[in-house]
Formats: sequence, C-alpha cells, structure tokens
Amino acid sequence: MAATAHPAHSMTVRGLKPFYAKRQAVQAVDLDVRAHEILALIGPSGCGKSTVLRCLNRMHETIPYAHAEGSVKLDDLDIYQAGIDATLVRRKIGMVFQMPIALRTRSIYENIAVGLRLGGMNDRLELDRRVEQALRSANLWDEVKDKLQLSGLALSGGQQQRLSIARTIAIEPAVILFDEPCSALDPISTLKIEELLLQLRERYTLVIVTHNMQQAARISDRTAVFMVERGQEQPVGLLVEEGSTEQIFSKPRDRRTEEYISGKVG
Amino acid sequence: MANIQATSPKPTGWAHRLQHGDLFFWLLTLFFALVIIGLVVAVGVVTYNGSAEARAEYGTSFLTQSDWNPIETDLYQPSYGAWPAIRGTLLSSLIALLLAAPTGIAIGIFLSELCPLRLRALLGFTVELLAAIPSVIYGLWGVAVFSPWFTNAIANPLATSIGQFIPWLAGPIAVSRGLAVTGVILAIMILPTIAAITRDVLQAVPNHQRDVMLALGSTRWEVIWLSVLPYSRAGIIGGVMLGLGRALGETMAATMLIGNSTRIEESIFYPATTAAALVASELPNSNSTMHESALIYLALVLFGITLILNLAARYLVWQTSRGPAGARA
Repeated sequence: MAATAHPAHSMTVRGLKPFYAKRQAVQAVDLDVRAHEILALIGPSGCGKSTVLRCLNRMHETIPYAHAEGSVKLDDLDIYQAGIDATLVRRKIGMVFQMPIALRTRSIYENIAVGLRLGGMNDRLELDRRVEQALRSANLWDEVKDKLQLSGLALSGGQQQRLSIARTIAIEPAVILFDEPCSALDPISTLKIEELLLQLRERYTLVIVTHNMQQAARISDRTAVFMVERGQEQPVGLLVEEGSTEQIFSKPRDRRTEEYISGKVG
Repeated sequence: MANIQATSPKPTGWAHRLQHGDLFFWLLTLFFALVIIGLVVAVGVVTYNGSAEARAEYGTSFLTQSDWNPIETDLYQPSYGAWPAIRGTLLSSLIALLLAAPTGIAIGIFLSELCPLRLRALLGFTVELLAAIPSVIYGLWGVAVFSPWFTNAIANPLATSIGQFIPWLAGPIAVSRGLAVTGVILAIMILPTIAAITRDVLQAVPNHQRDVMLALGSTRWEVIWLSVLPYSRAGIIGGVMLGLGRALGETMAATMLIGNSTRIEESIFYPATTAAALVASELPNSNSTMHESALIYLALVLFGITLILNLAARYLVWQTSRGPAGARA
C-alpha cells in the first residue's frame, strides 16, 4: 500500500497525559501511528480525542495553562524533549481543523503561500510552482486556477476545506492531523475530502479525529476508540482499544467499544 | 398552514403590527435615531448662523489669516484670523496621534494576545479607568507636575542641542507651556481609548485565524503580524480616529497647558493655541458682536475639521477592510 517513492514517517505515543491547568483530561495514552496509514480516533463527545490529536503537534499547549506530559515520537525524535522548537514541530506535523478556514485578509494564492513565506521562501517562480502543486494535490487547482487573486472567502465550505488542506501540504509535512475535517460540510463535499485523504495516504501519514463512525470505517486503516469515564468528580477520557479498523468494527475486544459501535452509548 | 388560518382570524395591516408592538417600537427607535441627525444639523445651523457677521467680513480668508487681535485701541482695529488656532489644533493633535497610536496599539496587542489571563482583567480595568479621568485632572497634573519635568528633561536639552539647527525644536524656552507639552498630555489622554478599542477589536478575531497560523509553525509574533492585525485593521483605525477626535476637541487640558498665545511661533516648545482653547477662553468675555461671531466661526471651522477627518477615516477603513476581491462580508 505504501508508495516507496515517498518517505515513510511514523509516530509513537507513550504515556501521553494532556492537562488543562491542573486537570488531567485524558488517562495516559499509548498509541502507534504507522507510516502511510490513516489512523482514525473515534469516541463520544468529551472523550479527549481532539485533545490527544492536538498533543501530537504541540498545538495543545497554545491554549492558556494547557500542557502535556509523556513522550510523542516522530520517527526517533521525541517532540516533547527539551530544546525542541514547537514551531518547527508544527511544520513537520501539519493540522487541518474542523471549520474550513480561509485567512480572511488573504487571496486564495496567499492562503497557500503564507506557509511557504514563513519558511523563508521568497522566489516568485518557486512560490508559483509550489502553490500550484499544493492546489493540484488538494484537487482544487481546476476550480480556482482562474481566480487565485480572489479572496479565499469566495469559495464554498468544501472548497475552503480543501484550501486548508492545500495550505498544510504546501509546506510538505511528514504527518497531517485532521480534527473532524468534514463535520461542517455537506455529504458531497465530505465525499471529496474522503477521496482526497485516500490519495494523500500515498504520500503522508494521516491521523483523523471523526464523530462519524461510517467515515472511520470507510477510510481508515486502523482505529483507536476513546471513551469518557464519568465516575470521578471530573470526567476523564481514556483510550480503550486500538486495532485494525476491520477488527474494531467486526469483533471489538472491549465491551465499551462494542456498545459504542452498536449505538448503545455515546 | 391550514390549521393556523382556521384557528386565528387573520389580522390586517396596522392593527396587526400595533398588536405586536412592532410598529410602535420601530417608530420609537426611528425617532431616537433621527434625534442624532437632528443634533448634528442643529449644531451646524447654530454655528453657521452665529458666525454670519464674521463670515460676511472675512469669508474663507478667515482660514488663512494669521493675526488674531480682538483688542480695539486707538491705533489698531481688531482683526480675526483663524490660522494660529487651526495650526495649533492640527499640530497638537498630530503630536498626540504620533505618540499615542503606536503605544496604544502595542498596549492593546499585549492585553489581547500576550498578557497572562490573571493580569488581563486588572490591566484592562486600569486602562478603562484612565479613559474615565476628567480632563481637568490631566490638565492639573500637566501644569503642576508634567510640564516642568518635560521642560527640564526633554524640551531644554533638545532645544539647546539639535534645536539649534532645526527651527521647530528651537529655544530658548521661557515658559513651560506650549504646543509640544500639550501634545504629550493629549497623547496620554487618548492612549487608553486607543488601547481599549484595539484590545476589544483583537479579542473579536476568531481563534481559528490564529490556530491556522500556529499550525503552520508561526511564532506568536508572526500570528499577530500576519493574521490578527490584518484581520482587525479597520477596527484599529476606527479606534485611532476616535482618539484623534478626542484630541482635536479637547478643551480644558489644552487651555491649561498650551499657553493661549495667538502668535505663530515656529518652535513646538513655544506657547500656541487651539480652536477649542481659544473659543473656551474668549467667548465668555468677548469684546464685541464681531468677536463673538468670529469665535463661533472658529467653532464652525473646528466642526468642519472633525467632520472631514472622520469622513477621511471612513474612507480609509473602507479601503483597507475590503481585502482581496470576492470576499463575502
């Protein structure tokens, strides 16, 4: 499945504990993200799956008083070890958000170029080439090639989400994290994004948080199921099961997974 | 649908609208909205009519003539030229704007983007408190504390060094009242306005505009410079213009600090006057109907200046907030 032409990057999560101030939001997580796979994180609201995702590229700590403990390795490098620059981590591990976001004051072209410029690229021809490449990779080029100077807000929601993806892949990350990328989109736009994710798997390693179990079943190779424990004074999320998507949906090992999949909880 | 029609008789026209209070409420709010327009027109009409005598005598040359001398003696006829007051108004406000805009915007950025949450409420409250201090207190503090210090620590050293080569910084400084010190006090007065509005405008920027930039590997500074500030440009300009409006019209602190001299001096360390200060200090004891009329004419000019600057600001906001074509607001 993995195209050998593209470098293979994997992630290893060990004992990851996300905190909001003093409150631990999720019990220690151990998780493996294999090269050129789509790993889906599913679970009911409040189970901490988005929080865990945001720990994978150190976006979690941009929230005031939030921090994470434990180790998250990209290949062999622990991104939480001392001396690592979080801004560089985020350029290697990109993120696409739930809301399709066009930077309001920028044109379609500049929405893509902004990340390249941040990396110090100023050559106009090189920028043109990379912007086109990114838009082609996001299946958006044909729809926007004649209006690159228009505002990103002139695009539909689905197009803006592919614009967000193009912006992320323009800087050639190793891994891309998706935080419910389709939950604000209509079914047709959702389908286009899902097709795109399957294409991107050839080149990148993908992690996707989704509310939509059918979506996880359709596109992911492996699935991690999160639950929320409400017994304590503060509800705490926990990872209950991780396995191939086929196994998770056909013969889950954990009773809670089975109840969630069959719609009894969550 | 059928059900609704069957159970309730269809109300018609006015009765229906009155029944729900919509029309009444609409008329009420319309009335208050029209009051605003009425007030602006009334101020314009009163100053226009009141200045008839001076307008007939001087016409538009009133704007450019630089002698203001209301005293009638055996040798001199009184004469009224508005230029010293217009010049003082524009220059003192310009000094205030140059100092307060960058500082105020920086404070707003700190409060919204960088300040620890625990400190934010306290600092924000203090900034709003500064905006609420009556201007006479700023004037008093300026006269008693700030202007002597300013003269010793800033004006004199400047005047005796580079002021020897640059005429508008020249000395010797005889009194501690002048254009520059007024500009600085005006800057302090409008600083909280600019800071508070900048903070509010920046806090209204949706977080996802920041998250996108962070996820691309931006530093905090790059997030602010490349995403947050462009997004809120129009609002920040609006805040600066509100501050400028306050500086242009400020009367009490200016009267106390500027020295009220209608002579035009090149150096900004010398006494001058502003339109508001001149009207406030001379109108209560005007010598003649012409004197009174000239002062009202000056008020009309000040009204015109603020109107023009506000329109220019509107245009600037409209120009800069459009962004790339095709954006749906």
